[in-house]
Amino acid sequence: MKRLSEILATAFLCGMLVLSVSADVSEAAPPVGSEFPDVEIAVPDSKEHRNYLGLKRGESFRLSQVAADTLIVEVLSMYCPFCQAEAPAVNTLYAMIEDDPALREKVKIIGIAAGNTKLERDMFVDTFDIPFPVFADADFLFHKALGEVRTPYFLGVRITGGAATVFHSSLGAFEDPASFLSLIIERSRSNSAEVSP
Amino acid sequence: MNVSKSLIFVCAFFLLALWMPTGEVFGFSEAFEGKVFEQKDQKPRDSVLKVAVGDRAPDFELPNLSGTRTSLIEFRGKNVVISFVPAAWTPVCSDQWPGYNILENLFADFNAILLGIAVDNIPSLYAWTREMGGLWFPVLSDFWPHGETAERFGVLRSDGTAERAIFIIDGEGIIRYIDVHDINRRPPLETIVDQLKRMTSPDDAGRND
Repeated sequence: MKRLSEILATAFLCGMLVLSVSADVSEAAPPVGSEFPDVEIAVPDSKEHRNYLGLKRGESFRLSQVAADTLIVEVLSMYCPFCQAEAPAVNTLYAMIEDDPALREKVKIIGIAAGNTKLERDMFVDTFDIPFPVFADADFLFHKALGEVRTPYFLGVRITGGAATVFHSSLGAFEDPASFLSLIIERSRSNSAEVSP
Repeated sequence: MNVSKSLIFVCAFFLLALWMPTGEVFGFSEAFEGKVFEQKDQKPRDSVLKVAVGDRAPDFELPNLSGTRTSLIEFRGKNVVISFVPAAWTPVCSDQWPGYNILENLFADFNAILLGIAVDNIPSLYAWTREMGGLWFPVLSDFWPHGETAERFGVLRSDGTAERAIFIIDGEGIIRYIDVHDINRRPPLETIVDQLKRMTSPDDAGRND
């Protein structure tokens, strides 16, 4: 009887552990101030994209390794009509950052194509002529770590000393690229003086 | 079984439960937030095919969203990709056709047309595809007689919805590829493109492999 009660107690504790871990990977996006999920991503095949992110050739990397102070992460999908509609605005945002010498080396953009195979990612990238790296997340691993957010979803991430911290989190299209960039700069400033243009 | 072995067994059970893949999240586009009917996973497949690769595809003529009718035979000479989806305003379906909406050039490169077929009526399909921002390919209603075309292909489920199925038919009207997909999952684009590549390859011998 004692043995049975020990087994049941252990089962209950294990069950609670499982449920608590599951709760961490669903429902909500990483809140502002939290650590960005430390998910490994395949290093881009494109030399241009490796250079953009300051990565060397290799198997995988973590976002905290990106050579930037601020990272804008867009969670998107080829199958999402709002992401399709938003693509030109995000390209404009990228161009505004790249055209600003004070921002170019400090602020980078990546896309996470949730649930998209490489071909689906490629079709989205080619259709909208997207210049920044977009990573295929075919098995939803990244998407689950990000709380299964709806798309498009934008996260501002501060990178300091090998750590990645969320400072902005928003669902849906932004009003216009200039306003969104100002918002990102303002919020990154309030979190870190290092990112100011 | 002693206590330590029992504990290992119980913990292993829960760890396995944690490892087991959960259902992927489809229909998560902001475009459909609060608008699609959330469903639990359904029986992956609930019908028996009535056609096979190599068969002549059953012809059909169905009403489309333009107010006219579309038949399969009018696309002779072109490759035809038929996408059956289970029902309008459901999660996976709502983010399947919007993806195809940016692939018009891709289909054209393979001398292919895409036909979307659902068992919903025209007003429902009209409202649903408007929410997607409109679609470049014909969307056909297999509403009445209910699911007759789906039934002729063998993809009508017992609850009156259709399977999530892809049929690729060549310019002669012969079925070259069938994928009756798990209704809870979206078919990867690769399978469609690979088949169209084979069918437009100079080495194509008219067989499915």
